[in-house]
Amino acid sequence: MATGKPIRLFRNLSSKIAAIPMILTVLFVFVGGTAWTVTYSFTSSKLLPKTKFVGLRQYERLWETERWLVSIENLMIYGLCSMVLSLLIGFILAALLDQKIRFENTFRSIMLYPFALSFIVTGLVWQWLLNPDFGIQKIINGLGFTSFEFNPLYNSDIVIYGVLIAGLWQGSGLVMVLMLAGLRGIDQDIWKASRVDGIPAWKTYLFIIIPMMRPVFITTLVLIASGIVKLYDLIVAQTGGGPGIASEVPAKYVYDYMFQGQNLGQGFAASTMMLLAVLIVIIPWAYLEFGGKKRG
Amino acid sequence: MTITTQSTGQPSVEVRDLVLKFGELTVLKNLNLDVYEGEFLVLLGSSGCGKSTLLNCIAGLLDVSGGQIFIKGNNVTWAEPSERGIGMVFQSYALYPQMTVEGNMSFGLKNQKLPKDEIAQRVARAAEILQIEPLMKRKPSALSGGQRQRVAIGRALVRDVDVFLFDEPLSNLDAKLRADLRVELKQLHQQLENTMIYVTHDQVEAMTLADRIAIMKDGLIQQLASPEEIYNRPANLYVADFIGSPSMNLIKGKLSGDTFDADGFAVSVAGYDFSRQPSSNEVWFGIRPEHVELGEGSGPHFEVTAEVVEPLGSDTLVMTRLGGERFWLRMDGQSRVTSGDKLTIGLPVHAVSLFDGRDETRL
Amino acid sequence: MADTASQMAPTTARDMTGPHGPKPRRALSGRNIMIYGTLIVVSIYYLLPLYVMIVTSLKGMPEIRMGNIFAPPMEITFEPWVKAWSEACTGLNCDGLSRGFWNSVRITVPSVIVSIAIASVNGYALANWKFKGADIFFTILIFGAFIPYQVMLYPIVILLREMGLYGSLTGLVIVHSIFGMPILTLLFRNYFTSLPEELFKAARVDGAGFWGIYFQIMLPMSLPIFVVAMILQVTGIWNDFLFGVVYTKPDLYPMTVQLNNIVNSVQGVKEYNVNMAATILTGLVPLIIYFVSGRLFVRGIAAGAVKG
Repeated sequence: MATGKPIRLFRNLSSKIAAIPMILTVLFVFVGGTAWTVTYSFTSSKLLPKTKFVGLRQYERLWETERWLVSIENLMIYGLCSMVLSLLIGFILAALLDQKIRFENTFRSIMLYPFALSFIVTGLVWQWLLNPDFGIQKIINGLGFTSFEFNPLYNSDIVIYGVLIAGLWQGSGLVMVLMLAGLRGIDQDIWKASRVDGIPAWKTYLFIIIPMMRPVFITTLVLIASGIVKLYDLIVAQTGGGPGIASEVPAKYVYDYMFQGQNLGQGFAASTMMLLAVLIVIIPWAYLEFGGKKRG
Repeated sequence: MTITTQSTGQPSVEVRDLVLKFGELTVLKNLNLDVYEGEFLVLLGSSGCGKSTLLNCIAGLLDVSGGQIFIKGNNVTWAEPSERGIGMVFQSYALYPQMTVEGNMSFGLKNQKLPKDEIAQRVARAAEILQIEPLMKRKPSALSGGQRQRVAIGRALVRDVDVFLFDEPLSNLDAKLRADLRVELKQLHQQLENTMIYVTHDQVEAMTLADRIAIMKDGLIQQLASPEEIYNRPANLYVADFIGSPSMNLIKGKLSGDTFDADGFAVSVAGYDFSRQPSSNEVWFGIRPEHVELGEGSGPHFEVTAEVVEPLGSDTLVMTRLGGERFWLRMDGQSRVTSGDKLTIGLPVHAVSLFDGRDETRL
Repeated sequence: MADTASQMAPTTARDMTGPHGPKPRRALSGRNIMIYGTLIVVSIYYLLPLYVMIVTSLKGMPEIRMGNIFAPPMEITFEPWVKAWSEACTGLNCDGLSRGFWNSVRITVPSVIVSIAIASVNGYALANWKFKGADIFFTILIFGAFIPYQVMLYPIVILLREMGLYGSLTGLVIVHSIFGMPILTLLFRNYFTSLPEELFKAARVDGAGFWGIYFQIMLPMSLPIFVVAMILQVTGIWNDFLFGVVYTKPDLYPMTVQLNNIVNSVQGVKEYNVNMAATILTGLVPLIIYFVSGRLFVRGIAAGAVKG
């Protein structure tokens, strides 16, 4: 029987052993890996990483590269549209599904199934649907609207919206599910009270329900945002970055420079910029949640 | 059972200078407690007072920040829960849902690697004591609340230990069942004569079950005494207010000589058995609603007006006013009083408690 | 952060227990027609790509060139499916998607098992056997879920190369276990925390230790959450493209990578029917899981949404 106070390190030893994979991952991949990449973004690494520091040269070059600027612009357009539209679509669909309708499960399954598919599958399907020779444009032309033109995959100006359609198709079901969970989390009595007070349903949604769902909206926004930054597979499958460089995105820039262009320094600098973008989203959110909690 | 027979027994559980901190918060502050062999000790207090924390420390389920715990003379401060010779019963029963009643009761014994026939024997004996033999092959989900709690007690029983720990074991049951199981627990204790430490926030449970009650507040024991003592001679204002329903009438005033003087009412406390002198002339005057005499009794008497009458059947509670404060009386259930009635009451000195106005302890 | 992150999953993963919206009045009111009308139109939008994929894959190339992509096939042929499975070419290899399929199986099965084993034990340790400093690591782990993978791609290449695992299936299994860890650990930690603590205490009084409680008490109570984790991981790993392309060699490429190489190959004549058959084949595994698991999938993705 133990009498003295045991040595601290060995107390709860099994638990510490169980946590070793987590500790290694955190130290060597999440913290170490990130620090490594950020550090090497200040070097002139080309084919192999080397420690010749060149200050901000890689970043200067990055921001002078046409392809990077296009990537950023695309990401902004895609990001903004996809955030606004998926929240809007997701919320409206959730509100519609929340009307005690029949076949709710069927509708929900239909709206959510694209989320089970990979971005590669999504991109390839929409590449086919938007094919100007066979797809939607041809069908509508065939119906007699010969002047109709919707050819995003071959038109540099609107190619990113073609990707957006596919992205919304794949991801809006998820937002709908999150919103529906949020709606279901709201006290049923709120609806009774607003009916007793004679407030129309749309007003209840706008002025009572949506403000109450603030945490759900914030969480969803953070999720959408951090997903947008990672946008890669969809572009690779649907447009390959084309036409030309019209649909390039930062994640693809990183991959291409790191693993194909043999210009590691550029890849590191670009990925560090991506990290920065994520931090800009995450930190205020964490601060809001964190700070709010501390204040009680 | 009286307190004198208990205090001569051997200490079974000793808690010495126990400190427990959760980060910045100190939950237990240098707490000392002796529990005697065969004693039924109840830890009583409102939520957050540290009573469950103390029990969890004794069980070894929380690592203490300082101090020591002895069970049967062994220092078990850092021993595993299973090595301490304790059995524990929880509020939510904590039965393993995937195991049968038999499996639940034998799980601990299997972990001890006891021989099969001994396990079977012990389980059978516990089942017999608790009269749950017909339930042995069932899963917990197929049992009622009372049956589940019996099984949980059985799980502690088979361990054949000296000390039983109960963490609010009856709180999840409805009132009727609670009363039944309370009686059974008392019988069980009389039969087994084990040491039992029992945490509850219910003063009826505490009063009926305990040999001694420890009333806790803010991580400290306020009073440790027999139920009678705690009821009749509360050690401080907190205990006086906590025990009893409705609680003791407490009026703040001044003591000059033998006369207690509050807002518009004065009473003689001549003959009060002072244990010490008050630190100032500010004192609290306390008397339980059921100790107030009706009519012109032996002591001083007053005329009051019934403001609110609450008939409870067995007795009737009447709210009046004395010295500007609400003043409750407990009357016979058959008495016909309506609000507005004038009543004459007496305040017998032998039933009065006086507390120091500064440190709020008993005088 | 650990706590805010942990609260995310419960709020979002709340079970859907019946509608809360305002009550409809009549079965066939104008309002209902509007609601169902909208939902049906929306459903068509969601279903259309699946429909087009299927009909295209069942047509011959001449019919595709002549006709309308929405038209049902005049003559059903399964030849594109056969070709996609066993003959489609990537580069010089012409053994079809079957190789990618089996690679994906060989990647997914061990990755799912290893990642769930690690994360469930880890989540259990964090929920019930907290040690000093555990929360710090957990917080960083959850933050790690938001770091763009691109930042960590190359350091992992170096780590795997040092271990001699770069380009191997084992290496990819490790990568999947690492990146599955934040969400799975969160999932399991929250689940184990939600189990009554007294059960854990009772087991300790009964003399069960860390592993005893895990295997004898916690595991039998946690089957649903293991199923959720499996759904999450099987779909996630099956659908992965980036890690597959970065950390394996061409002959070990998972199905998604091979599919993309087949469809987007610049050589030869485009065979749209074969491409669509190949696309369906690749999407089939997650689709089957989705339709079979139903509600659990919803729970899984709501929790796994953290993954972004």
